[in-house]
Amino acid sequence: MTAVPVNAVQSVPDAIESPGRRAWRRLKARKSALFGLVVIVLLVIMAVFAPQIAPYDPIKQSWTLVRKAPSAAYWFGTDEVGRDLLSRIIFGARASLSAGVISVGIAILAGVPLGLLAGYAGGWVDGVIGRLTDAMLAVPFLILAIALAAFLGPSLGNAMIAIGVTATPIFVRLTRGQTLSVKNEDYVEAARAVGNPPIRIAVRHILPNILPALMVQATLTIATAIIAEASLSFLGLGQQPPLPSWGSMLNSAQRFLSNAPWMAVWPGLAIFITVISFNLLGDGLRDALDPRSK
Amino acid sequence: MLSLIGKRLLQLIPTVFFVSVIIFSLQQLLPGDPALIMAGEEKDPEVIEQIRKQYRLDQPVPVQYLYWMKGVLSGDLGESMRIKVPVADLVMEKLPVTLQLATMAMIIALVIGVGLGVVSAVKQGRAIDYAVNVFGLIGISTPNFWLGIMMIFFFAVHLGWLPASGYVSPFDDFWASMKTTIMPAFVLGNSIAGVLMRHTRSAMLQAMSSDYVRTARAKGLSEKVVIIKHAMRNALTPIITLGALEFGTLLSGAVLTEQIFTIPGFGKLIVDAVFNRDYAVVQGVVLVTATTYIVLNLLADIGYILVNPRLRG
Repeated sequence: MTAVPVNAVQSVPDAIESPGRRAWRRLKARKSALFGLVVIVLLVIMAVFAPQIAPYDPIKQSWTLVRKAPSAAYWFGTDEVGRDLLSRIIFGARASLSAGVISVGIAILAGVPLGLLAGYAGGWVDGVIGRLTDAMLAVPFLILAIALAAFLGPSLGNAMIAIGVTATPIFVRLTRGQTLSVKNEDYVEAARAVGNPPIRIAVRHILPNILPALMVQATLTIATAIIAEASLSFLGLGQQPPLPSWGSMLNSAQRFLSNAPWMAVWPGLAIFITVISFNLLGDGLRDALDPRSK
Repeated sequence: MLSLIGKRLLQLIPTVFFVSVIIFSLQQLLPGDPALIMAGEEKDPEVIEQIRKQYRLDQPVPVQYLYWMKGVLSGDLGESMRIKVPVADLVMEKLPVTLQLATMAMIIALVIGVGLGVVSAVKQGRAIDYAVNVFGLIGISTPNFWLGIMMIFFFAVHLGWLPASGYVSPFDDFWASMKTTIMPAFVLGNSIAGVLMRHTRSAMLQAMSSDYVRTARAKGLSEKVVIIKHAMRNALTPIITLGALEFGTLLSGAVLTEQIFTIPGFGKLIVDAVFNRDYAVVQGVVLVTATTYIVLNLLADIGYILVNPRLRG
């Protein structure tokens, strides 16, 4: 792939790539990132079409099928009350993926405006938001999420809120830093000079420029959020039974390690594959969106 | 230098204030009447009335906060609803266990993370560099509670080499203590080894392309001396700071690790408190972890100022 030299005069207009197109071209060139993206797409399809894909009902119990090892009929085996593990893994993707995306969505919706405000306004506003962010970051991630989920009450929705709130300071810091670095650029000065109100400058001129960094952080934070959701579900603070989630499946698996170890293998593997895919995509996006790299 | 440290200390005051507000506010999230929820199974109106009095729930929220803060400042973190023991005592009893676990985990993480990071930087672009990077990615993507469960299956259930759960204090029996803590410490250490490795690698790469390393090479020092005495020494300074910060991650990770290995530490305390709806204990644990983290953060910053000659005024 040949990069366009910066100082070369481009006479042919269609030779200029749009930033999005260039990022996509660079992303495609990274096998590991592409692999991550493909796996994520497959996981999303699996979650959306779970009722069509799953071979059995994920919550139907059967006393004749308790803790059966993997077989031709039950590929992943069955659990302690005779439910098909493959079907539960397939349905469990719904809890993990939606928790990952929704909690990061909450963190972005809360964190980005606060970060823009802190970076753009400066002064005491910045001071207050900054110290509040420091305070939230001082409580270890999972401990704050557990405390929030505990006080809100155990449910998947509350787990998402808890993780989202806990992840908010990450986006406040990132947005603030990025805002500070572009705030005094000429194009922002120009926008200010022609009399644009601050909110328009923030949304139309600053936000688009910090979007790449936000996308990278969002992808990597989804990975963290999925592990956090699995952790909360493992502790009984996420998805409530009988609905399946990978975290709570691991919790019940732990009690049957000596006679049904397969129960512990699949949910962990599912979390691992999902998380590593988001990490690969995030790393790839970082390289692809970095204007300094080729 | 002193003014830098002083400035850092001043900055701490609002942060600590906000931490206390966040932790206090948690109880405002409880749906319904907090006195009724805090009473738990207890439905005796007298008990509920007593709780209301004790926590001054009949007064405005800011007043409640001031009373709560007054207690915290004098070392009173409230009382466990479940076992009627002061929260501060519970925390002090469990803290050493988690600190032992976290320290062992940190040693393991530093050995693995820094070791592999240096190797991969020295062998940049070779197969071993690639392998180390894959290993690091796998490390940060593995949920550590799953790793714990799989290790219990392999080393405890399958091979029978190590106990699956339990804890022995090193002061009672050192080797038994090591046997009960080595698996959880490894699991916990693994969660930050990947991060340490990535940072070590990039710091080493930067150091190795610097002028002083080129000078050291030019004057004919052996590659070993160049790497160990010149590159590593400079590259590892920020890693020590990072290590202090990652201690917070270890405290987080200890929650699940202790749960899986049934280790009676800090993490188990908060989880049991959550199950028992023992909210004062949850708040106490969060407060102590946050304070620990803030103090470590401060020490890391001061350490950084001390070892960095450019910041010494």
